[in-house]
Amino acid sequence: MSTETRSDLAPRFGEFGGRYIPEVLVAAHEELEEAYDAARNDPAFTEELAGLQRHYAGRPTPLYLAERLTEEVGGARIWLKREDLAHTGAHKINNALGQALLAKRIGKPRIIAETGAGQHGVATATVCAKLNLECVVYMGTEDIRRQSLNVFRMKMLGAEVVPVDSGSRTLKDAINEAMRDWVTNVRTTHYLIGSAIGPHPFPTMVRDFQAVIGREAREQMLEQAGRLPDVAVACVGGGSNAIGLFHPFIDDPVRLVGVEAAGEGLSAPGRNAATLVAGSPGVLHGTRTYLLQDEAGQILDTHSISAGLDYPGVGPEHSWLKTSERAEYIAADDAEALEGFQRLTRSEGIIPALEPAHAILPAIRLAEELGEGGDVLIGLSGRGDKDMHTVAEALGVTL
Amino acid sequence: MSERLRARFAQANGEGRAAFVGYVMAGFPEPEQTVPLLLGLEAGGTDVIELGVPFTDPLADGATIQRANEVAVAAGVTFTDCLAMVREARSQGLAVPLVLMGYDNPLLAYGEERAAADAAAAGADGFIVVDLPPDEAGTFREACAANGVSFVPLVAPTTAEERMGEVAAVADSFIYCVSVTGTTGGAEVPPEVGDLVSTIRRHTELPIAVGFGVSTEEQVARVGKVAEGVIVGSAIIAAIEGGSVEGCVDRVRSYVERVTGRSEAGA
Repeated sequence: MSTETRSDLAPRFGEFGGRYIPEVLVAAHEELEEAYDAARNDPAFTEELAGLQRHYAGRPTPLYLAERLTEEVGGARIWLKREDLAHTGAHKINNALGQALLAKRIGKPRIIAETGAGQHGVATATVCAKLNLECVVYMGTEDIRRQSLNVFRMKMLGAEVVPVDSGSRTLKDAINEAMRDWVTNVRTTHYLIGSAIGPHPFPTMVRDFQAVIGREAREQMLEQAGRLPDVAVACVGGGSNAIGLFHPFIDDPVRLVGVEAAGEGLSAPGRNAATLVAGSPGVLHGTRTYLLQDEAGQILDTHSISAGLDYPGVGPEHSWLKTSERAEYIAADDAEALEGFQRLTRSEGIIPALEPAHAILPAIRLAEELGEGGDVLIGLSGRGDKDMHTVAEALGVTL
Repeated sequence: MSERLRARFAQANGEGRAAFVGYVMAGFPEPEQTVPLLLGLEAGGTDVIELGVPFTDPLADGATIQRANEVAVAAGVTFTDCLAMVREARSQGLAVPLVLMGYDNPLLAYGEERAAADAAAAGADGFIVVDLPPDEAGTFREACAANGVSFVPLVAPTTAEERMGEVAAVADSFIYCVSVTGTTGGAEVPPEVGDLVSTIRRHTELPIAVGFGVSTEEQVARVGKVAEGVIVGSAIIAAIEGGSVEGCVDRVRSYVERVTGRSEAGA
């Protein structure tokens, strides 16, 4: 139909992506696609966003050589792209700023968002406070339990946090509920999706807003290391920080490795969140992508120690990078994430969020394999303050 | 077959009334009740049945139909089971047209072409796939057409008028008009739904059936004056939930009799 050709943005990544949505949302997606296509080519928009990234979000974030960890491992140098140092403590602010500016441009005064770990909810609530937008955040009750500090932060920022008690009570169900809000209030509301998932143009738009991570890291590697990394490693839930890190390296001879959450193990269906490693293609939340599903096409429950990776789908561009073999996807389980978390905390004095903690041990193994002279770049997507209760509980410590 | 759908709308409209379209969820409240419920819908005067195919993530549905989905998924009801229920209902004499309604992923998992072929063989007449707009439905529409089952597109209050013609062009039996922006069982059908139907009418000669927010006798009558079909879903699920499991078929039958003002199917 003619509706797919109104902008220069491709709706698919190979066979993945697309726009599998109820008819009531079609007009809003077309409007968003056209508005985004115009905005990204409008210097007034890109300069305003760049100004906020610099003066409000604290970009560029540092590229940091993890010297002690590198020394301990005795292999390739290990570099951290420090998104944990961005305002609100994670990469999520990059996308929240971009989409909120776009919502203002379209004239939608009300923002809704879903959140798992709470980082995207906090980033959205923050940006809405700054830009004077109404903010409603949907969050599964299981995640509210795990992330009570972030819930309080969102409320302090003026957002309404709506508990979601359906399904597995995690990120997937928060997205369902946000979609239900959107079909009801689509005329006044922008759905600020937090990852590179969902219907076209979200996967492309979110990737573009997050690609600042990879662009900076690429430049910083050339400047500080004098070369590109041999491999870039990032955790993948929905996959926004990973696609943001990977994308600017796509045409470079750089290995791209995404690390999913193996939870309690890949052999336990319903107890992991390793979508690309253990799943198969299908359609969920408006996009064709890899999913964790049973033979009848029902979506499986997921589990990960990190709420932010606890999702049965993945961004469609990752599905394409997997099937086209440009990127590799592996999984780390809860125990490995905890070990990575402690390893980085003790050797560098940097407490990672449990999400990027999944990437630490795989990166160490890659550094060992590469040996001296090599360079491994880790996307450190967020800081771990929010996870202290979860880590203490997992280590058997009562706070 | 889509022919059976066209004939039924023509028959109802020829009698000077809108066709009554009633929804039940396969496997709700229990899988054993689905075939009796289908027969009960027909006995109460339903012209067209929508049989819900359960899915874990029904993101366009309100609380009532979400609950029905959860119960049916928990009971392990699959698309294969839905087809078996249709076959059984047909063998017990179900004569009214039946469309399968649900989400894309269970159909993809089953295989789009196989889904259309097996649905036709089981005695289903069409599909309504909530998250499969015509733009993404190329393969599935071909499969439906090849097997003589209808792909029923939806039009919403937010659908731009220039798009209505494109959407209507893919229909071959009727068009599902979503009366309000919202989920099923949410806001009540608005008075201006007649305007929406008139706008769609400029782009099609096929029957238009209106759903979302229709539950009371008054609403059914009001919508029936402006459209060729009236769709009721959540209110039927609520009738199923409104008492004992054994009594659910009687409650649904008397609900349909009441809102249609008829006691027998006109088949």
